[in-house]
Amino acid sequence: MADPAPTTAPHPSKAPSRHRIELRINRQRHQLEVESWVSLLDLLRDKLQLTGTKKGCDHGQCGACTVLVDGRRINSCLTLAVMNNGREVTTVEGLANLVTGPELHPLQQAFIDHDAFQCGYCTPGQLCSALGLMHEGQAKTPDEVRELMSGNVCRCGAYPQITRAVSEVALGARPGGPASTASTAGRPVVVGTVPA
Amino acid sequence: MTPFDYAWATTPQAALEHIGPGPDSTTAAGAAKFIAGGTNLLDLMKENVMRPARLVDINPLALSDIEATAGGGLRLGALARNADTAYDPLVAARYPLLSAAILAGASPQIRNMASNGGNLLQRTRCHYFYDAGVPCNKRAPGSGCPAVSGLARQHAILGASELCIATHPSDMCVALRALDAVVLVQSPRGGRAIAFEDFHRLPGDRPDMDTTLAHDELITHLELPAPAPGFAAHSAYLKLRERASYAFALVSVAAMLDIDDGGLVRAARIALGGVAHKPWREPEAEALLVGQPASEALFAQAAERLLQGARPQGVGPGSNAFKIAMAQRAVVRALQTARQGTVTNTGHNDSAGDAR
Repeated sequence: MADPAPTTAPHPSKAPSRHRIELRINRQRHQLEVESWVSLLDLLRDKLQLTGTKKGCDHGQCGACTVLVDGRRINSCLTLAVMNNGREVTTVEGLANLVTGPELHPLQQAFIDHDAFQCGYCTPGQLCSALGLMHEGQAKTPDEVRELMSGNVCRCGAYPQITRAVSEVALGARPGGPASTASTAGRPVVVGTVPA
Repeated sequence: MTPFDYAWATTPQAALEHIGPGPDSTTAAGAAKFIAGGTNLLDLMKENVMRPARLVDINPLALSDIEATAGGGLRLGALARNADTAYDPLVAARYPLLSAAILAGASPQIRNMASNGGNLLQRTRCHYFYDAGVPCNKRAPGSGCPAVSGLARQHAILGASELCIATHPSDMCVALRALDAVVLVQSPRGGRAIAFEDFHRLPGDRPDMDTTLAHDELITHLELPAPAPGFAAHSAYLKLRERASYAFALVSVAAMLDIDDGGLVRAARIALGGVAHKPWREPEAEALLVGQPASEALFAQAAERLLQGARPQGVGPGSNAFKIAMAQRAVVRALQTARQGTVTNTGHNDSAGDAR
Protein backbone atom coordinates (compact mmCIF):
# COMPACT_ATOMS: atom_id res chain seq x y z
CA MET A 1 0.00 0.00 0.00
CA ALA A 2 1.63 3.21 -1.11
CA ASP A 3 1.44 6.40 0.89
CA PRO A 4 -0.19 9.15 -1.14
CA ALA A 5 2.59 11.70 -1.37
CA PRO A 6 1.62 15.33 -0.91
CA THR A 7 1.79 17.17 -4.20
CA THR A 8 3.35 20.41 -3.02
CA ALA A 9 6.81 20.72 -1.56
CA PRO A 10 7.44 22.59 1.67
CA HIS A 11 8.28 26.08 0.52
CA PRO A 12 11.65 27.33 1.77
CA SER A 13 11.27 30.61 3.57
CA LYS A 14 13.83 33.41 3.27
CA ALA A 15 15.31 32.60 6.67
CA PRO A 16 17.68 29.60 6.62
CA SER A 17 16.17 26.24 7.57
CA ARG A 18 12.66 27.62 7.91
CA HIS A 19 9.89 26.22 5.77
CA ARG A 20 6.33 27.18 4.97
CA ILE A 21 4.04 24.20 5.32
CA GLU A 22 0.34 23.50 5.31
CA LEU A 23 -1.32 20.97 7.60
CA ARG A 24 -4.91 20.05 8.29
CA ILE A 25 -5.21 19.48 12.00
CA ASN A 26 -8.52 18.21 13.39
CA ARG A 27 -10.25 19.23 10.15
CA GLN A 28 -8.84 22.76 10.27
CA ARG A 29 -6.33 24.15 7.79
CA HIS A 30 -3.13 25.66 9.20
CA GLN A 31 -0.47 27.52 7.25
CA LEU A 32 2.70 27.58 9.28
CA GLU A 33 6.35 28.46 9.14
CA VAL A 34 8.59 26.00 10.98
CA GLU A 35 12.28 25.37 11.53
CA SER A 36 13.57 22.06 10.09
CA TRP A 37 14.19 20.58 13.52
CA VAL A 38 10.73 21.09 15.04
CA SER A 39 9.04 17.76 15.71
CA LEU A 40 5.35 17.38 14.92
CA LEU A 41 4.82 16.97 18.69
CA ASP A 42 6.50 20.27 19.53
CA LEU A 43 4.60 22.03 16.77
CA LEU A 44 1.29 20.81 18.16
CA ARG A 45 2.07 21.62 21.78
CA ASP A 46 4.27 24.70 21.65
CA LYS A 47 3.09 26.56 18.55
CA LEU A 48 -0.56 25.55 18.32
CA GLN A 49 -1.28 25.05 22.02
CA LEU A 50 -2.82 21.66 21.28
CA THR A 51 -1.47 20.34 24.58
CA GLY A 52 -3.74 17.29 24.70
CA THR A 53 -0.97 15.36 22.95
CA LYS A 54 1.58 14.59 25.66
CA LYS A 55 5.36 14.53 25.67
CA GLY A 56 6.35 11.49 27.71
CA CYS A 57 9.79 10.16 26.79
CA ASP A 58 10.30 12.09 23.51
CA HIS A 59 12.06 8.96 22.20
CA GLY A 60 9.27 6.78 20.81
CA GLN A 61 9.27 4.47 23.80
CA CYS A 62 6.06 5.42 25.63
CA GLY A 63 3.37 6.30 23.06
CA ALA A 64 2.05 9.34 24.98
CA CYS A 65 2.54 11.49 21.85
CA THR A 66 0.51 9.20 19.55
CA VAL A 67 -1.53 11.06 16.91
CA LEU A 68 -3.05 10.00 13.59
CA VAL A 69 -1.53 11.21 10.33
CA ASP A 70 -3.77 10.48 7.34
CA GLY A 71 -5.63 8.09 9.64
CA ARG A 72 -2.57 6.09 10.73
CA ARG A 73 -1.25 6.16 14.28
CA ILE A 74 2.32 7.38 14.69
CA ASN A 75 4.62 8.77 17.39
CA SER A 76 4.57 12.53 16.82
CA CYS A 77 7.90 12.88 18.69
CA LEU A 78 9.72 10.88 15.99
CA THR A 79 8.69 12.86 12.94
CA LEU A 80 9.54 16.39 11.85
CA ALA A 81 6.69 18.81 11.28
CA VAL A 82 8.13 19.70 7.87
CA MET A 83 8.01 16.02 6.80
CA ASN A 84 4.23 16.08 7.28
CA ASN A 85 3.51 18.94 4.91
CA GLY A 86 0.13 18.51 3.21
CA ARG A 87 -1.08 15.80 5.59
CA GLU A 88 -4.14 15.47 7.79
CA VAL A 89 -3.38 15.24 11.52
CA THR A 90 -5.86 14.10 14.17
CA THR A 91 -5.08 14.68 17.84
CA VAL A 92 -7.09 13.83 20.94
CA GLU A 93 -8.72 17.28 20.65
CA GLY A 94 -10.24 16.10 17.36
CA LEU A 95 -11.90 12.93 18.67
CA ALA A 96 -15.03 14.29 20.32
CA ASN A 97 -17.84 15.69 18.20
CA LEU A 98 -17.93 19.35 19.12
CA VAL A 99 -19.85 20.41 16.01
CA THR A 100 -23.29 19.02 16.75
CA GLY A 101 -22.25 17.75 20.21
CA PRO A 102 -20.61 18.01 22.68
CA GLU A 103 -20.48 14.28 22.33
CA LEU A 104 -17.55 12.09 23.33
CA HIS A 105 -16.02 9.61 20.92
CA PRO A 106 -17.16 6.05 21.78
CA LEU A 107 -13.56 5.26 22.82
CA GLN A 108 -13.53 8.20 25.22
CA GLN A 109 -16.84 7.08 26.72
CA ALA A 110 -15.55 3.51 27.04
CA PHE A 111 -12.42 4.72 28.87
CA ILE A 112 -14.69 6.48 31.38
CA ASP A 113 -17.04 3.49 31.67
CA HIS A 114 -14.18 1.06 32.29
CA ASP A 115 -12.10 3.32 34.54
CA ALA A 116 -9.30 2.94 32.01
CA PHE A 117 -6.98 5.56 33.48
CA GLN A 118 -5.66 6.81 36.76
CA CYS A 119 -3.38 9.85 36.31
CA GLY A 120 -4.52 10.28 32.71
CA TYR A 121 -1.18 11.30 31.24
CA CYS A 122 -1.05 8.39 28.79
CA THR A 123 -4.77 8.61 27.93
CA PRO A 124 -4.64 10.92 24.87
CA GLY A 125 -2.03 8.65 23.31
CA GLN A 126 -3.98 5.53 24.28
CA LEU A 127 -7.13 6.95 22.66
CA CYS A 128 -5.43 7.93 19.42
CA SER A 129 -3.62 4.60 19.32
CA ALA A 130 -6.91 2.74 19.85
CA LEU A 131 -8.50 4.67 16.99
CA GLY A 132 -5.54 3.77 14.77
CA LEU A 133 -5.90 0.14 15.83
CA MET A 134 -9.55 0.24 14.73
CA HIS A 135 -8.60 1.69 11.35
CA GLU A 136 -6.01 -1.06 10.86
CA GLY A 137 -8.57 -3.80 11.50
CA GLN A 138 -6.01 -6.42 12.53
CA ALA A 139 -7.12 -7.04 16.12
CA LYS A 140 -9.77 -9.78 16.40
CA THR A 141 -9.54 -10.74 20.07
CA PRO A 142 -8.76 -8.95 23.37
CA ASP A 143 -5.35 -10.66 23.38
CA GLU A 144 -4.62 -9.13 19.99
CA VAL A 145 -5.87 -5.75 21.22
CA ARG A 146 -3.43 -6.05 24.12
CA GLU A 147 -0.51 -6.87 21.84
CA LEU A 148 -1.41 -4.15 19.31
CA MET A 149 -1.73 -1.55 22.09
CA SER A 150 1.75 -2.40 23.40
CA GLY A 151 3.22 0.82 21.96
CA ASN A 152 1.40 2.76 24.70
CA VAL A 153 2.85 2.50 28.18
CA CYS A 154 0.67 3.20 31.24
CA ARG A 155 2.75 3.60 34.39
CA CYS A 156 -0.38 3.56 36.58
CA GLY A 157 -0.96 0.05 35.26
CA ALA A 158 -4.51 0.45 33.97
CA TYR A 159 -3.81 -2.12 31.24
CA PRO A 160 -6.70 -4.54 31.99
CA GLN A 161 -9.22 -1.70 31.92
CA ILE A 162 -7.67 -0.17 28.79
CA THR A 163 -7.86 -3.56 27.05
CA ARG A 164 -11.52 -3.89 28.07
CA ALA A 165 -12.40 -0.37 26.93
CA VAL A 166 -10.67 -0.72 23.56
CA SER A 167 -12.03 -4.24 23.03
CA GLU A 168 -15.56 -3.07 23.74
CA VAL A 169 -15.43 -0.47 20.99
CA ALA A 170 -13.04 -2.10 18.52
CA LEU A 171 -14.45 -5.63 18.74
CA GLY A 172 -18.01 -4.78 19.67
CA ALA A 173 -17.68 -6.81 22.85
CA ARG A 174 -20.30 -6.18 25.52
CA PRO A 175 -19.16 -5.18 29.01
CA GLY A 176 -19.03 -8.34 31.09
CA GLY A 177 -19.05 -10.53 28.00
CA PRO A 178 -16.26 -12.98 27.27
CA ALA A 179 -14.29 -10.53 25.16
CA SER A 180 -14.26 -7.88 27.85
CA THR A 181 -12.45 -10.05 30.38
CA ALA A 182 -9.23 -10.09 28.33
CA SER A 183 -8.69 -13.56 29.67
CA THR A 184 -5.90 -15.84 28.59
CA ALA A 185 -7.36 -18.73 30.59
CA GLY A 186 -6.90 -22.03 28.83
CA ARG A 187 -4.43 -20.61 26.35
CA PRO A 188 -0.75 -21.35 26.66
CA VAL A 189 1.38 -18.27 27.10
CA VAL A 190 4.67 -18.94 25.39
CA VAL A 191 7.64 -16.76 26.12
CA GLY A 192 9.17 -15.22 23.04
CA THR A 193 6.20 -15.25 20.74
CA VAL A 194 3.65 -12.51 20.55
CA PRO A 195 1.28 -13.46 23.37
CA ALA A 196 -1.85 -13.17 21.34
CA MET B 1 19.01 18.72 18.41
CA THR B 2 21.75 20.45 16.43
CA PRO B 3 20.21 22.71 13.76
CA PHE B 4 20.29 21.29 10.25
CA ASP B 5 19.19 22.05 6.74
CA TYR B 6 16.28 20.19 5.15
CA ALA B 7 15.72 19.31 1.50
CA TRP B 8 12.89 17.51 -0.21
CA ALA B 9 13.46 15.14 -3.12
CA THR B 10 10.85 13.95 -5.59
CA THR B 11 13.14 11.82 -7.78
CA PRO B 12 16.06 9.50 -6.90
CA GLN B 13 18.31 11.72 -9.02
CA ALA B 14 17.36 14.79 -6.99
CA ALA B 15 17.88 12.84 -3.76
CA LEU B 16 21.39 11.85 -4.86
CA GLU B 17 22.21 15.43 -5.85
CA HIS B 18 21.05 16.70 -2.46
CA ILE B 19 23.07 14.10 -0.54
CA GLY B 20 26.36 14.93 -2.27
CA PRO B 21 29.72 13.37 -1.42
CA GLY B 22 30.72 12.45 2.12
CA PRO B 23 32.59 9.92 4.27
CA ASP B 24 31.26 6.35 4.40
CA SER B 25 31.52 6.20 8.20
CA THR B 26 27.97 5.81 9.52
CA THR B 27 28.67 8.16 12.42
CA ALA B 28 30.44 11.08 10.68
CA ALA B 29 29.05 14.40 11.88
CA GLY B 30 28.22 17.10 9.38
CA ALA B 31 27.36 14.76 6.52
CA ALA B 32 23.97 14.79 4.81
CA LYS B 33 21.60 11.90 5.54
CA PHE B 34 18.50 10.54 3.84
CA ILE B 35 15.41 10.51 6.03
CA ALA B 36 12.35 8.28 5.49
CA GLY B 37 10.52 7.15 8.64
CA GLY B 38 12.97 8.95 10.89
CA THR B 39 12.16 6.73 13.88
CA ASN B 40 15.80 5.95 14.65
CA LEU B 41 17.66 8.84 13.04
CA LEU B 42 15.68 11.60 14.79
CA ASP B 43 16.01 9.80 18.10
CA LEU B 44 19.79 9.62 17.66
CA MET B 45 19.86 13.30 16.66
CA LYS B 46 18.05 14.24 19.88
CA GLU B 47 20.78 12.39 21.79
CA ASN B 48 23.53 14.15 19.78
CA VAL B 49 24.77 10.76 18.61
CA MET B 50 24.04 11.63 14.98
CA ARG B 51 24.64 15.21 13.87
CA PRO B 52 23.91 15.52 10.16
CA ALA B 53 24.18 18.99 8.64
CA ARG B 54 21.35 18.23 6.21
CA LEU B 55 18.44 15.85 5.94
CA VAL B 56 17.17 14.82 2.52
CA ASP B 57 13.51 13.81 2.80
CA ILE B 58 12.97 10.90 0.37
CA ASN B 59 9.36 10.20 1.32
CA PRO B 60 7.99 11.67 -1.94
CA LEU B 61 9.89 9.06 -4.02
CA ALA B 62 7.70 6.42 -5.68
CA LEU B 63 9.32 3.49 -3.84
CA SER B 64 6.43 2.17 -1.75
CA ASP B 65 5.20 -0.68 -3.94
CA ILE B 66 5.37 -4.39 -3.20
CA GLU B 67 5.40 -6.33 -6.46
CA ALA B 68 5.75 -9.93 -7.59
CA THR B 69 8.83 -10.63 -9.72
CA ALA B 70 8.93 -12.85 -12.79
CA GLY B 71 10.98 -15.48 -10.97
CA GLY B 72 8.34 -16.11 -8.30
CA GLY B 73 9.84 -13.73 -5.76
CA LEU B 74 8.86 -10.30 -4.48
CA ARG B 75 10.31 -6.82 -4.80
CA LEU B 76 9.71 -4.61 -1.75
CA GLY B 77 9.96 -0.84 -2.16
CA ALA B 78 12.46 0.75 0.22
CA LEU B 79 9.78 3.23 1.30
CA ALA B 80 7.04 0.66 1.94
CA ARG B 81 6.33 0.93 5.64
CA ASN B 82 7.13 -2.01 7.91
CA ALA B 83 3.44 -2.44 8.84
CA ASP B 84 2.29 -2.41 5.21
CA THR B 85 4.98 -4.96 4.37
CA ALA B 86 4.07 -7.29 7.24
CA TYR B 87 0.36 -7.23 6.41
CA ASP B 88 0.78 -7.36 2.62
CA PRO B 89 -1.12 -10.45 1.37
CA LEU B 90 1.73 -11.53 -0.94
CA VAL B 91 4.32 -11.21 1.81
CA ALA B 92 2.12 -13.01 4.35
CA ALA B 93 1.40 -15.87 1.92
CA ARG B 94 4.88 -16.40 0.48
CA TYR B 95 7.13 -15.21 3.30
CA PRO B 96 5.25 -15.60 6.60
CA LEU B 97 8.67 -15.54 8.30
CA LEU B 98 9.15 -11.93 7.20
CA SER B 99 5.69 -10.87 8.43
CA ALA B 100 6.25 -12.63 11.73
CA ALA B 101 9.66 -11.01 12.26
CA ILE B 102 8.40 -7.50 11.48
CA LEU B 103 5.41 -7.91 13.80
CA ALA B 104 7.70 -9.07 16.62
CA GLY B 105 9.55 -5.75 16.45
CA ALA B 106 8.86 -2.24 17.76
CA SER B 107 5.27 -1.01 18.22
CA PRO B 108 2.36 -0.52 15.80
CA GLN B 109 3.06 3.22 15.70
CA ILE B 110 6.72 2.71 14.82
CA ARG B 111 5.90 -0.01 12.28
CA ASN B 112 3.52 2.48 10.61
CA MET B 113 6.35 5.00 10.28
CA ALA B 114 9.50 2.93 9.72
CA SER B 115 10.49 2.20 6.13
CA ASN B 116 11.97 -1.05 4.85
CA GLY B 117 15.19 0.64 3.78
CA GLY B 118 15.49 2.44 7.11
CA ASN B 119 14.99 -0.78 9.05
CA LEU B 120 18.25 -2.05 7.55
CA LEU B 121 20.05 1.14 8.51
CA GLN B 122 18.90 1.40 12.12
CA ARG B 123 21.76 1.54 14.56
CA THR B 124 22.61 -0.51 17.61
CA ARG B 125 20.67 0.15 20.82
CA CYS B 126 23.86 -0.34 22.92
CA HIS B 127 23.30 2.06 25.84
CA TYR B 128 26.93 3.18 25.78
CA PHE B 129 26.60 4.08 22.08
CA TYR B 130 23.46 6.06 22.92
CA ASP B 131 25.07 7.98 25.79
CA ALA B 132 27.14 10.79 24.27
CA GLY B 133 28.75 11.33 27.71
CA VAL B 134 30.76 8.08 27.69
CA PRO B 135 33.40 6.67 25.32
CA CYS B 136 32.29 4.51 22.39
CA ASN B 137 34.36 3.31 19.44
CA LYS B 138 31.29 3.22 17.21
CA ARG B 139 30.27 6.81 17.99
CA ALA B 140 33.71 8.33 18.57
CA PRO B 141 36.35 6.06 16.99
CA GLY B 142 39.33 5.43 19.25
CA SER B 143 37.62 6.53 22.47
CA GLY B 144 37.15 3.04 23.94
CA CYS B 145 34.36 0.59 24.73
CA PRO B 146 32.78 0.56 28.21
CA ALA B 147 30.47 -2.33 27.25
CA VAL B 148 33.32 -4.88 27.21
CA SER B 149 33.69 -4.55 30.97
CA GLY B 150 30.16 -3.34 31.65
CA LEU B 151 26.50 -4.27 31.13
CA ALA B 152 26.34 -6.52 28.09
CA ARG B 153 22.94 -8.22 28.20
CA GLN B 154 22.02 -6.69 24.83
CA HIS B 155 25.46 -7.36 23.36
CA ALA B 156 27.16 -9.82 21.05
CA ILE B 157 28.31 -13.37 21.72
CA LEU B 158 29.45 -13.92 18.12
CA GLY B 159 31.61 -11.95 15.71
CA ALA B 160 32.54 -9.17 18.15
CA SER B 161 35.89 -7.40 18.13
CA GLU B 162 37.95 -5.92 20.96
CA LEU B 163 36.74 -2.51 19.86
CA CYS B 164 33.00 -3.17 19.71
CA ILE B 165 30.53 -5.78 20.96
CA ALA B 166 27.35 -4.08 19.74
CA THR B 167 24.48 -6.02 18.12
CA HIS B 168 22.24 -5.09 15.22
CA PRO B 169 18.76 -4.59 16.71
CA SER B 170 16.50 -5.42 13.75
CA ASP B 171 14.06 -8.34 13.71
CA MET B 172 13.16 -7.81 10.06
CA CYS B 173 16.80 -8.18 9.02
CA VAL B 174 17.08 -11.61 10.69
CA ALA B 175 14.26 -12.84 8.45
CA LEU B 176 15.75 -11.11 5.39
CA ARG B 177 19.04 -12.90 6.05
CA ALA B 178 17.29 -16.26 6.26
CA LEU B 179 15.40 -15.45 3.05
CA ASP B 180 18.56 -14.49 1.12
CA ALA B 181 17.23 -11.03 0.30
CA VAL B 182 19.12 -8.74 -2.06
CA VAL B 183 19.47 -4.99 -1.42
CA LEU B 184 19.16 -2.84 -4.56
CA VAL B 185 20.86 0.56 -4.38
CA GLN B 186 21.42 3.57 -6.62
CA SER B 187 24.24 6.08 -6.61
CA PRO B 188 25.73 8.60 -9.04
CA ARG B 189 27.83 5.65 -10.28
CA GLY B 190 24.71 3.66 -11.22
CA GLY B 191 22.92 0.76 -9.57
CA ARG B 192 24.20 -2.28 -7.73
CA ALA B 193 22.79 -5.31 -5.91
CA ILE B 194 24.14 -6.26 -2.49
CA ALA B 195 23.60 -9.78 -1.13
CA PHE B 196 22.08 -9.51 2.34
CA GLU B 197 24.98 -11.34 3.98
CA ASP B 198 27.33 -8.67 2.63
CA PHE B 199 25.17 -5.70 3.60
CA HIS B 200 25.88 -5.51 7.35
CA ARG B 201 29.49 -5.66 8.58
CA LEU B 202 31.21 -7.20 11.55
CA PRO B 203 32.79 -4.45 13.69
CA GLY B 204 36.45 -5.47 13.24
CA ASP B 205 38.64 -2.40 13.49
CA ARG B 206 36.00 -0.09 11.97
CA PRO B 207 33.01 -0.31 14.33
CA ASP B 208 31.91 3.15 13.16
CA MET B 209 30.81 1.52 9.88
CA ASP B 210 27.61 -0.48 10.26
CA THR B 211 27.16 -1.50 6.63
CA THR B 212 28.89 -1.70 3.26
CA LEU B 213 26.61 0.99 1.86
CA ALA B 214 28.51 4.03 0.58
CA HIS B 215 27.51 7.50 1.79
CA ASP B 216 25.96 8.43 -1.56
CA GLU B 217 24.08 5.17 -2.16
CA LEU B 218 20.29 5.13 -1.86
CA ILE B 219 18.44 1.89 -1.11
CA THR B 220 15.59 1.61 -3.60
CA HIS B 221 14.29 -1.97 -3.18
CA LEU B 222 14.71 -5.26 -1.39
CA GLU B 223 14.37 -8.30 -3.58
CA LEU B 224 13.27 -11.66 -2.19
CA PRO B 225 14.06 -14.74 -4.29
CA ALA B 226 11.38 -17.39 -4.73
CA PRO B 227 11.24 -19.43 -1.52
CA ALA B 228 11.84 -23.20 -1.37
CA PRO B 229 8.48 -25.00 -1.75
CA GLY B 230 8.03 -26.03 1.89
CA PHE B 231 9.27 -22.93 3.68
CA ALA B 232 5.99 -21.00 3.84
CA ALA B 233 4.31 -23.93 5.57
CA HIS B 234 7.15 -24.44 8.07
CA SER B 235 8.45 -21.17 9.42
CA ALA B 236 8.81 -19.51 12.81
CA TYR B 237 10.32 -16.34 14.23
CA LEU B 238 11.02 -16.85 17.92
CA LYS B 239 11.98 -13.76 19.90
CA LEU B 240 13.17 -13.83 23.51
CA ARG B 241 13.19 -10.49 25.30
CA GLU B 242 12.97 -8.80 28.69
CA ARG B 243 9.21 -8.19 28.41
CA ALA B 244 6.42 -9.78 26.39
CA SER B 245 6.18 -7.06 23.73
CA TYR B 246 7.86 -3.89 22.51
CA ALA B 247 11.43 -4.74 23.50
CA PHE B 248 14.59 -5.59 21.60
CA ALA B 249 15.63 -9.21 21.38
CA LEU B 250 18.07 -10.81 23.77
CA VAL B 251 18.07 -13.64 21.26
CA SER B 252 15.85 -14.26 18.26
CA VAL B 253 15.70 -17.08 15.74
CA ALA B 254 14.34 -17.16 12.21
CA ALA B 255 13.78 -20.77 11.17
CA MET B 256 12.36 -22.39 8.04
CA LEU B 257 12.22 -26.05 7.04
CA ASP B 258 11.37 -27.78 3.80
CA ILE B 259 10.37 -31.35 4.78
CA ASP B 260 9.59 -34.12 2.30
CA ASP B 261 6.76 -36.66 2.60
CA GLY B 262 9.04 -39.12 4.37
CA GLY B 263 9.86 -36.60 7.11
CA LEU B 264 13.37 -35.89 5.84
CA VAL B 265 14.65 -32.32 5.68
CA ARG B 266 15.14 -31.13 2.10
CA ALA B 267 16.33 -27.63 3.03
CA ALA B 268 16.70 -25.56 6.19
CA ARG B 269 17.39 -21.95 7.08
CA ILE B 270 18.39 -20.68 10.49
CA ALA B 271 19.37 -17.09 11.30
CA LEU B 272 20.03 -15.60 14.73
CA GLY B 273 19.31 -12.07 15.91
CA GLY B 274 20.48 -10.20 19.02
CA VAL B 275 23.81 -12.03 19.09
CA ALA B 276 26.08 -10.20 16.65
CA HIS B 277 26.76 -7.00 14.70
CA LYS B 278 24.74 -8.58 11.87
CA PRO B 279 22.15 -11.36 11.55
CA TRP B 280 24.07 -14.60 12.12
CA ARG B 281 23.87 -17.56 9.78
CA GLU B 282 26.10 -20.58 9.27
CA PRO B 283 25.56 -22.65 6.11
CA GLU B 284 27.26 -25.65 7.75
CA ALA B 285 24.68 -25.72 10.54
CA GLU B 286 21.90 -25.85 7.97
CA ALA B 287 23.71 -28.51 5.92
CA LEU B 288 23.73 -30.79 8.99
CA LEU B 289 19.94 -31.04 8.73
CA VAL B 290 19.63 -31.84 5.04
CA GLY B 291 18.62 -35.41 4.19
CA GLN B 292 18.07 -36.25 7.88
CA PRO B 293 14.87 -36.88 9.85
CA ALA B 294 13.75 -33.63 11.53
CA SER B 295 14.52 -34.71 15.09
CA GLU B 296 15.25 -32.77 18.25
CA ALA B 297 18.69 -34.38 18.54
CA LEU B 298 19.55 -33.16 15.07
CA PHE B 299 18.25 -29.66 15.85
CA ALA B 300 20.55 -29.57 18.89
CA GLN B 301 23.53 -30.46 16.70
CA ALA B 302 22.66 -27.67 14.29
CA ALA B 303 22.30 -25.23 17.19
CA GLU B 304 25.70 -26.23 18.54
CA ARG B 305 27.30 -25.72 15.14
CA LEU B 306 25.59 -22.34 14.71
CA LEU B 307 26.86 -21.17 18.11
CA GLN B 308 30.39 -22.47 17.52
CA GLY B 309 32.90 -19.87 18.65
CA ALA B 310 30.40 -18.00 20.82
CA ARG B 311 31.96 -16.26 23.79
CA PRO B 312 30.45 -14.14 26.56
CA GLN B 313 31.00 -10.40 27.05
CA GLY B 314 30.52 -8.10 30.01
CA VAL B 315 31.40 -8.73 33.65
CA GLY B 316 29.54 -9.77 36.81
CA PRO B 317 25.81 -9.15 36.62
CA GLY B 318 26.36 -7.50 33.24
CA SER B 319 27.73 -10.68 31.69
CA ASN B 320 25.80 -12.11 28.77
CA ALA B 321 27.10 -15.67 29.22
CA PHE B 322 23.48 -16.82 29.61
CA LYS B 323 22.82 -15.94 25.98
CA ILE B 324 24.89 -18.84 24.66
CA ALA B 325 22.68 -21.49 26.25
CA MET B 326 19.61 -19.37 25.58
CA ALA B 327 20.45 -19.12 21.88
CA GLN B 328 21.11 -22.86 21.58
CA ARG B 329 17.77 -23.72 23.17
CA ALA B 330 15.96 -21.06 21.15
CA VAL B 331 17.27 -22.57 17.92
CA VAL B 332 15.96 -26.00 18.92
CA ARG B 333 12.59 -24.53 19.94
CA ALA B 334 12.25 -22.52 16.72
CA LEU B 335 13.06 -25.58 14.59
CA GLN B 336 10.57 -27.71 16.55
CA THR B 337 7.93 -25.07 15.91
CA ALA B 338 8.77 -24.85 12.21
CA ARG B 339 8.60 -28.64 11.96
CA GLN B 340 4.99 -28.47 13.18
CA GLY B 341 3.89 -25.61 10.95
CA THR B 342 3.98 -21.82 10.75
CA VAL B 343 3.61 -19.15 13.42
CA THR B 344 2.56 -15.76 12.09
CA ASN B 345 2.92 -13.65 15.27
CA THR B 346 -0.46 -12.10 14.44
CA GLY B 347 -2.34 -14.18 17.01
CA HIS B 348 -4.28 -15.94 14.28
CA ASN B 349 -3.69 -18.10 11.18
CA ASP B 350 -1.09 -20.25 12.97
CA SER B 351 -0.63 -23.83 11.86
CA ALA B 352 2.04 -24.88 14.36
CA GLY B 353 -0.50 -25.80 17.04
CA ASP B 354 0.94 -26.18 20.55
CA ALA B 355 4.48 -26.70 19.32
CA ARG B 356 5.45 -23.16 20.14
